[in-house]
Amino acid sequence: MKDRKLSFFLKSKFSGDNIFEGAVGLFAIGVLIIALLLFGELYLESGLSRNAFGFGFLTGSIWDPVSEVFGALPFIFGTLVSSFLALVIAVPFSLGIAIYISELAPGKLRAPLSFIIELLAAIPSVIIGLWGIFILAPFIRDYLAPPLSTYLGFLPLFQGPMYGLSMLTGGVILAIMIIPITSSISKEAIQTVPIYQKEGALALGATGWETIRMSVLPYARSGIFGAVILGFGRAIGETMAVTMVIGNSARISGSLFAPSYTMASVIANEFVEATSKLYISSLLEIGLLLLLVSVIINIIARILVSKLLRVEGGGRA
Amino acid sequence: MQNKITVNDLNAWFGAKQVLHDIDIGIEKNAITAIIGPSGCGKSTFIRCLNRMHEVVPGAKVSGKVLVDEMDIYDSDIDPVDIRRSIGMVFQKPNPFPTMSIRDNVVAGLRLNGVKDKNVLDKTAEESLRKAALWEEVKNDLHKSGMSLSGGQQQRLCIARALAVEPEVILFDEPCSALDPISTSKIEDLMLELKEKYTLIIVTHNMQQAARVSDRTAFFLYGKLIEFGETDQIFKKPEEKSTEDYIIGRFG
Repeated sequence: MKDRKLSFFLKSKFSGDNIFEGAVGLFAIGVLIIALLLFGELYLESGLSRNAFGFGFLTGSIWDPVSEVFGALPFIFGTLVSSFLALVIAVPFSLGIAIYISELAPGKLRAPLSFIIELLAAIPSVIIGLWGIFILAPFIRDYLAPPLSTYLGFLPLFQGPMYGLSMLTGGVILAIMIIPITSSISKEAIQTVPIYQKEGALALGATGWETIRMSVLPYARSGIFGAVILGFGRAIGETMAVTMVIGNSARISGSLFAPSYTMASVIANEFVEATSKLYISSLLEIGLLLLLVSVIINIIARILVSKLLRVEGGGRA
Repeated sequence: MQNKITVNDLNAWFGAKQVLHDIDIGIEKNAITAIIGPSGCGKSTFIRCLNRMHEVVPGAKVSGKVLVDEMDIYDSDIDPVDIRRSIGMVFQKPNPFPTMSIRDNVVAGLRLNGVKDKNVLDKTAEESLRKAALWEEVKNDLHKSGMSLSGGQQQRLCIARALAVEPEVILFDEPCSALDPISTSKIEDLMLELKEKYTLIIVTHNMQQAARVSDRTAFFLYGKLIEFGETDQIFKKPEEKSTEDYIIGRFG
């Protein structure tokens, strides 16, 4: 494939081709340069904060702009816990959706269903946030939290008062926002399972569910895992909706009913009022951390998804 | 000779397209029956009708009777899942379960039947692998992934998997088309051994293969059974002109 493209340009004597190649190449490289500049800028500008707090920035749990003490732990905690909670809620739903669309739904229903689920990803996040504040948060406060604290109140997770804006609400909102990507990539992974794999199970007398469990899910596992990681990456970076419902309080609490704060939210909320250089630098360091984590997670996910598409079949001849 | 399977007036469709027309055939017990014919003649569809695998394709439909030991497998109160548990099938492409070890692949069918006893599973795994002539090659690697084997070994693993549930009939859908000649001859030797105890049906594109292994041969063309008889007679003195044309390579 690569060789053919190369020879196509080598053979051509027409200089217009060279100009065209150079121009589109520049666009492609431009994106890379912007990403590197962004990274470099975040690194340089966060220097003040890195020098002042060192590694303690990651472990410090006090965020006090007045006395200029900045520790990012509450935000790291909030981001990780809310994203993890989102996965716990979203993964079963996404897998169910993916299995239903690719294996069980009647043929006519498949395309419209995938379309609608992918459309969910197109809803602007601020609208989901508004819905979260006015509908979801009161609903969770009035109908979900009371039974949780009654029956599971012995767990520290479900203790304390619940005012609506909380880690739990943030996790639910994030779950709704990552279901489209997790389910549609899981669906693609499941659809790459060759028919002869499924028939191997069916011919042994497996029922529909047994075929999915023995043959389809194991075969698609790395793609599904990639889909889950991509969802996690999206949850970590998501800003607007979660800022609106998570309560924005820089405390670490063991209870999901308590308000929390995420890395993305603190940047969005406090940038305008950050006056001192150290304050700005600290926010930028949080940005740098967020960027690093997102990039790493996305790279892992892409490798897993592409690995699935490459090793189709396996085995030596 | 006694017939294990009797097919009466079998018709099959994919959507509106009819792919099998009025098939009547008797499959002899403890023998190998080969099904030959050009691509698209319905030979794969035919054997997929014998374990009710045809109907797993959306829009596929079957009519007629398939009697296995006097029992019609298309009877309305019969669950296709039970039929597939008692009739084994080996596919064109080896398809071991990717995340299971060699041993777990072999006993996957037993597990589906609810067998949990570790000793029974181990014993069956060994017996089935021996019957599939694979035991000596894998006995020290039973915990390794089935995907770590070569293509020919994978195919014998799939045969062991089919044998483990003690079927009486095993269907082979072009089992050697993805294998090299040495692996192919191993599978053929294995089939000749297995026919002592099992009734085997093989779909093949390879006429020499049909001549080598089978006792009787059926020739299919355009979804119809053209000729059926002793393999010797079909290859040496076919009665139908189209059978002769196909065998000497005039088409297909």
